[in-house]
Amino acid sequence: MVTIEPGEGLQIELQSSVAAQFGRQIKAVITETLEALGVKDAHVQAIDKGALDCTIRARVTAAAVRATGKDVWKD
Amino acid sequence: MMFVPGNNPGMMADAHIYGPDSIMLDLEDSVTMAEKDAARLLVHNALKSIDYGNTEMVVRINPLNTPYGKKDVEAVVKAGVDVIRMPKTETAEEVKELEAEILKVEQEIGRVGETQIMAAIESALGVVNAYAIATASKRMMGIALGAEDYSANLKTNRTPGGAELLLAREQIVVAARAAGIACFDTVYSNLDDMETFRKEVELIKTLGFDGKSIINPRQIEVVNEVFTPTEKEITKARAVVAAIKEAQAKGSGVIAVNGKMVDRPVVIRAERTIALAIAAGVIDKEEAL
Repeated sequence: MVTIEPGEGLQIELQSSVAAQFGRQIKAVITETLEALGVKDAHVQAIDKGALDCTIRARVTAAAVRATGKDVWKD
Repeated sequence: MMFVPGNNPGMMADAHIYGPDSIMLDLEDSVTMAEKDAARLLVHNALKSIDYGNTEMVVRINPLNTPYGKKDVEAVVKAGVDVIRMPKTETAEEVKELEAEILKVEQEIGRVGETQIMAAIESALGVVNAYAIATASKRMMGIALGAEDYSANLKTNRTPGGAELLLAREQIVVAARAAGIACFDTVYSNLDDMETFRKEVELIKTLGFDGKSIINPRQIEVVNEVFTPTEKEITKARAVVAAIKEAQAKGSGVIAVNGKMVDRPVVIRAERTIALAIAAGVIDKEEAL
């Protein structure tokens, strides 16, 4: 589950069952996804249970789109 | 064709491991309205990232007359889906409308003509218009029965024998054959009754369907068993095809195999048996004859 709130810079709070192995990669996917959407300031909370990168990308995009109202298919 | 909810990333990641011929990721009935946007993104990203190998990838979109349908088309065409399944198709015009939406997105990404359409027929009007639907677009690869909505529309219930579905099933097979496309039967949702499921698969194979929609990997084995030709059928088919080749070489049209007359329809059935055996992996293409 991913929630996004207003913040300064990108702050990512990650709780993951695979944090020791993949924590850095998960944070990189979250950062990359938000940057591609033009989100530079946000406080992100992510609770992960071992999802694939494509799932993390989809969850982060959905949270960002809901927070910003951006049309990800057109913009 | 295995149905997988489009809001379940775990199932989407694992579905192809069980070896279905095709996977249908669902954005329609298995996704609540509040989750439509999130599921669309999950399906888009899964199609782009997961290696499904040779599995044919289908996505069931929401109807175009809902706020979700057009966005679904955009998301799945951009992700390179093989087939879009149209739910609740009732007229050829609806197919043409979907075709136009697909073309618009394909032109944008420079991939024109790659996306195929499958129409699900789920109402009395859809059954009446089956042939018009089947021939409405060059992209149409198949039509499928959706029996739950159809039974409700008929004001009846589903029964184990499926008497209420007989006309629709036959109409769909006939329309598909007349149009030269494939046809797929509806799902059977009682996973605890594999015996009735097997009977239903045997029935729809006899009616002429190309395949069955399933909702659980446990059902794959039964469908494959029923649709895979037996060794006896393969041996007979090979004898027929070999005999007709020999007869053609000698300039003769009608021949006999094991004392029975063999003419064109028998040869066509034998060729289909061999094609099914190759598709099921029980014989090699090279050693088919």
